Amino acid sequence: MKIAVCVSHVPDTAAKINIGADGKTIDPNGVTYVVNPYDEFAIEEALKTKEAAGGEVIAISLGGEANKETIRKALAMGVDSAVLLKDDNYRDSLSVAKALAEEIKAQNAELVFFGKQSVDFDNSVVGQMTAELLNYNCVSVVVSFKLEGNKITAEREIEGGKEVVETSLPAIITAQKGLNEPRYASLKGIMAAKKKTIEEKPAAAAENKVEVLGLKKPAAKQAGKIIGSDATAVPELVRLLKEEAKVI
Amino acid sequence: MGNKILVFIEQRDGHIKKSSFEAAKTASEMAAKTGAEVEALLFGSSVEGMEKLGGYGVKKVFFYKNAELDLYSTKTYTELTSKQITDSGAGIVLFANTAMGKDLAPRVAARTDSALGMDVVAYVYDGNDLSVTRPVFAGKALMDLKLTGAVKILTLRPNVFAAGAASADNAEVAVIETASVDSSVKVAEVKKSDEKLDVAEADIIVSGGRGVKGPEHFHLVEELAALLGAATGASRAVVDAGWRPHGEQVGQTGKTVSPTLYIALGISGAIQHLAGMRSSKYIVAINKDKDAPIFQVADYGITGDLFEVVPALIEEIKKVKAH
Repeated sequence: MKIAVCVSHVPDTAAKINIGADGKTIDPNGVTYVVNPYDEFAIEEALKTKEAAGGEVIAISLGGEANKETIRKALAMGVDSAVLLKDDNYRDSLSVAKALAEEIKAQNAELVFFGKQSVDFDNSVVGQMTAELLNYNCVSVVVSFKLEGNKITAEREIEGGKEVVETSLPAIITAQKGLNEPRYASLKGIMAAKKKTIEEKPAAAAENKVEVLGLKKPAAKQAGKIIGSDATAVPELVRLLKEEAKVI
Repeated sequence: MGNKILVFIEQRDGHIKKSSFEAAKTASEMAAKTGAEVEALLFGSSVEGMEKLGGYGVKKVFFYKNAELDLYSTKTYTELTSKQITDSGAGIVLFANTAMGKDLAPRVAARTDSALGMDVVAYVYDGNDLSVTRPVFAGKALMDLKLTGAVKILTLRPNVFAAGAASADNAEVAVIETASVDSSVKVAEVKKSDEKLDVAEADIIVSGGRGVKGPEHFHLVEELAALLGAATGASRAVVDAGWRPHGEQVGQTGKTVSPTLYIALGISGAIQHLAGMRSSKYIVAINKDKDAPIFQVADYGITGDLFEVVPALIEEIKKVKAH
């Protein structure tokens, strides 16, 4: 079975975000980029599935030259091969999904893992859109995944619980934290990754329907009150919550 | 064409969710710009108070009725919502940014080839152009986007747009008996968690961090939460340490929340945590370290030992509640 995993290259969650000179993108100075954290769960699940069911895993990433760093990490974890769909320009989510769908189709991948969202734009949509475009079955925000033959049982997180979802291949699964513990790349894996080739091709063109007008920092919160340094401050805190905030 | 605004109404266990009333109200505010009509759609076999959506400005409710639609069906919901958009000629479609809305809205956008704005916290609409503001990088920045094309789809962050008080108007309810349900992706069961409230939906959240010193001390967090009718949250550090389930994690790789009140106990305020909760209306921080970054976003802070302050706080709230 051919398994694909879609990965994105994003600022580390510890990064401080500053607005770039164009007012539409972030200032990359001092920002470390990493594999999107949710994509690590997707990579791990793809590898585990391959180990159990056989087949191969291909990583697909859309973006610029810098994405190769994230692709190498996926290869080092054990992914067999990779494709970089090159595009240095802004794309909205649907236009990303269209390019990914085309490549997944060309690769004939039956099972595709995504992270449930990229921690940059936080849309949480590309997996579902890609499934819709390919007419694949889809379960999003998955914390438990089981494949038996052609049949899938997955649990997805919802407010106050989980939905147990039954479906079948071909399918797209978007990974949530809790699905697994991503493995570390071994030294052997890192060495092997250097020899694996990354196929590069231009991402399929698609029109954007969502245009970026600008990026801004949220209004700074006004410095709050320090009410005290021990339990004697509690009555005043409760008074403020009751009379000023009116929350209790 | 385009003179309708459609709002997707989410029901769980036959009850309409609060965030759907917020979406209905927002739809009617948008509709007021052009005199458009607001229509709603929902799925299930028996839903309480559908006509009451009229109180939030909905004229007509399309109720797709089938017991197999009581639980979420990604394929049939997508199929029928997309068809409703095309048939009604709606130009704007609103969802709440819930687990269901987040799964469904992108599928509908892909099916109808529409512009999509997720997790919207503000919008500007003049009756023609529609632009939205949404948090990115878990709230470290805000992005303004313009949506183009014939159909514009938004999901609204819960607790941001007020539903307000309902008027006495009733909506017309059209029941559409729905025969065929695609069960190729089927929710076989919903497992409810023991936690009564989810951080993503709660109006009050009490969160604990490393300062709580161990899973055995989280009863303090839970007791305060229970007293306030709040959900329990946690920092990434304590989730990664296995003290708390990941469903409770607030922050960039957890949930981004905007409750009315957020109480942070023993949380220092790592950048990824602050990003996920800074838009809370009121923030209370209790932490021994007076230099902790959490105090930069807190409205009210106590720089003391939570093991002394929290029991006193529980007693004081009990006293106030008894009055």
